[in-house]
Amino acid sequence: MASADATTKKTNLSATKEELLTYYRDMLLIRRFEEKAGQLYGMGHIGGFCHLYIGQEAVVVGMEAVKQEGDQVITGYRDHGHMLACGMDPKGVMAELTGRVGGLSKGKGGSMHMFSSEKKFYGGHGIVGAQIPLGAGLAFANKYKNNGKVSLTYFGDGASNQGQVFEAMNMAQLWKLPVIFVIENNHYAMGTSVKRAHSETHLYRRGASFGIPGSEVDGMDILAVREAGRAAIEHARTGKGPFVLEIKTYRYRGHSMSDPAKYRTREEVDQVREHSDPIKKCEAYILDGGHATVEDLKAIDKELKQIIKEAADFSLESPEPQLSELYTDIYA
Amino acid sequence: MPTPFLMPALSPTMEEGTLSKWLVKEGDTVSSGDIIAEIETDKATMEVEAVDEGTIGKIVVQEGTENVKVNDTIAIILDDGENANDIDAASMSAATSAPEIPGNMPAAQPTMATKPSFVSVPDIEIPDGTQMVETVVRDALRDAMAEEMRRDEDVFVMGEEVAEYQGAYKVTRDLLQEFGEQRVVDTPITEYGFAGLGVGAGFAGLKPIVEFMTWNFAMQAIDHVINSAAKTRYMSGGQMGCQIVFRGPNAAASRVGAQHSQDYSAWYGNVPGLIVIAPYSAADCKGLLKAAIRNPNPVVFLEHELLYGDKGDVPDMDDFVLPIGKAKVVRDGSDVTISTHSRGVFFALAAAEILADEGISAEVVDLRTLRPLDAETVINSVKKTNRLVTVEEGWAPFGVGSEIGWQVTQHAFDYLDAPPMRVTQEDTPLPYAANLEALSLPNAEKVVAAVKSVMYL
Ligand SMILES: Cc1ncc(C[n+]2csc(CCOP(=O)(O)OP(=O)(O)O)c2C)c(N)n1
Ligand SMILES: [Mg+2]
Repeated sequence: MASADATTKKTNLSATKEELLTYYRDMLLIRRFEEKAGQLYGMGHIGGFCHLYIGQEAVVVGMEAVKQEGDQVITGYRDHGHMLACGMDPKGVMAELTGRVGGLSKGKGGSMHMFSSEKKFYGGHGIVGAQIPLGAGLAFANKYKNNGKVSLTYFGDGASNQGQVFEAMNMAQLWKLPVIFVIENNHYAMGTSVKRAHSETHLYRRGASFGIPGSEVDGMDILAVREAGRAAIEHARTGKGPFVLEIKTYRYRGHSMSDPAKYRTREEVDQVREHSDPIKKCEAYILDGGHATVEDLKAIDKELKQIIKEAADFSLESPEPQLSELYTDIYA
Repeated sequence: MPTPFLMPALSPTMEEGTLSKWLVKEGDTVSSGDIIAEIETDKATMEVEAVDEGTIGKIVVQEGTENVKVNDTIAIILDDGENANDIDAASMSAATSAPEIPGNMPAAQPTMATKPSFVSVPDIEIPDGTQMVETVVRDALRDAMAEEMRRDEDVFVMGEEVAEYQGAYKVTRDLLQEFGEQRVVDTPITEYGFAGLGVGAGFAGLKPIVEFMTWNFAMQAIDHVINSAAKTRYMSGGQMGCQIVFRGPNAAASRVGAQHSQDYSAWYGNVPGLIVIAPYSAADCKGLLKAAIRNPNPVVFLEHELLYGDKGDVPDMDDFVLPIGKAKVVRDGSDVTISTHSRGVFFALAAAEILADEGISAEVVDLRTLRPLDAETVINSVKKTNRLVTVEEGWAPFGVGSEIGWQVTQHAFDYLDAPPMRVTQEDTPLPYAANLEALSLPNAEKVVAAVKSVMYL
């Protein structure tokens, strides 16, 4: 059994051709989507806050690979990747970013607030840390209904300092709720590095005082995430209670679109992009394994770019919501 | 076709900026993610990344140029196999026809959106011959929960001391015995956490009743009541919401000091997406709590510790569920309307007795629900009495009385023979000393004085 101090064992990380190509495609879809969102933001089509997921793609795609149908997902405002990984339509996500009626929330939620009852995606929350007890509540419902589902509750390194994390973890362990606390440690909360904000920088130990096991994961390696995710989900699904995954990752872009990112050097970012990029890593798995050629991968990229282009076009063609929508959806 | 590279908006408010530096020159190849320029916005200097792959075909705006408008073409990127000769008028003008920035569009005409108007629903018929059972408020509330839990397995109660201890105020008495620990859940002292957990369980289809030991402690949890519970249906375009009741005693108890004595009626009454109920009588407590538990929206149910032991007749019916959003005239009168809720009804009825002895006929309206507010019943009453006094235990500024007063002046201005008066708690934290506490809170005498004042007596 995993202990609070366990780190991911260097297991034999391997995957089939089909698996690798699926992960590659899913990660690249997120990246191309986010690049386009950044561009549309720059053109003024997307307003307000917009937090891009570029660099962190292996986290959600790896977890998605070991999630079962009906398991729930909830996260904060950096949510585009989670939605795409859940299989939500890029058109609907993009049109929500542009605030159009074709958006998943009819344009009333925006980048930070999208949901899908069909895909069991519970948002999209703008208050740092709020999704953590909400996610524990989803797990509470699973246990209450005894339905065998688990809740994947994602949050950032910064969010992991909120008081409600500890409130939620305590109850989750006390009641053995099937929840996986996925800490996406991208090393920064806006401009504050983990070193400057955490007295204990090993975030997989966040649950230690409650007896919740945790492990540290290389979030730039899709297969490492998948392996760790599998173990954590298994733990939760078999009634052993919550699990903390600290997935070490990196965001390439600013915190939101208006972040000049002066708290880190360009070299630091370039270093990660050059040497640890999760998509390049997956590409290497594919090419080294002889599963596909560079041309095959280019063809996938081309196809994805077309999907993203269609999503962008849709997001601009879809009209703004009817003014009569102002007063709908307040009460059931 | 060559792709124009446009001056990007790099903050929610940026309309133009200075192109301070080019980091590439014509002929350089770029791929997505490469930094190509530095731009000074209204807030900071930002680096701009290329989005598409290609070659810089032409730099259109030279570095150092100020006031470059968002969406102006600043460079042209060539695709594989294209060269500078491909840059034609078409690709240059592609940019100038860039769509308007939504933020700069003329403001939408708000008149087209209409707020749904409130429709009064009558109280349910109580069949002839129904037995009335004298019940204390605490048990009426308990019975409401027990009946709804029998009816619907998804309903459960959670909170501090609700199970083994039988409730800090014994409102959940015997529920653990009947429903077991799966459905009657003792929580740690962790309001923020369990309020959020309850909302999450609500998102997933359960129907939680979250008890706050008192509403004072719910300030720890107000983020989840408002941001997570009240707003999700809207933010999800109607896809997802939560059926949840937050309940517990509200307002002053007896000499528990400032931190344990606040009335939150106005706070929650202010929030769209919440239903706010604050009943007075035992029957209303039961009928409205049952309605709250069945209502698909988040409900804030404000009880009152000093009413828990009060007795009242509750009809002995299979399904006694009252309509939410319906005020009740609890005493007919002709000279003045007293609009109030929760324990204020007690003060108003006592005042009406005193006034009756002096020949003044006061009509008392119990609002019962604060959101949606049945202002219509108050307005109709004022049209008859021509005078209004509001009574609440909260502070006056921005309070329930302020709202009622505004509704009445808006809709029955010509009927008023005097400016409305409010009776509220004094504008101080609630003092502990018995004499000061009494001085600060509303009471029947203060209501009598206010009534006399609007009658110019
Ligand atoms: C309660 C609250 N406080 C502050 C903010 C503003 N804010 C938004 S994101 C953020 C940083 C969070 O960083 P982290 O949890 O590491 O997530 P990341 O952005 O890195 O994904 C802050 C301070 C907020 N939205 N909510
Ligand atoms: Mg972070």
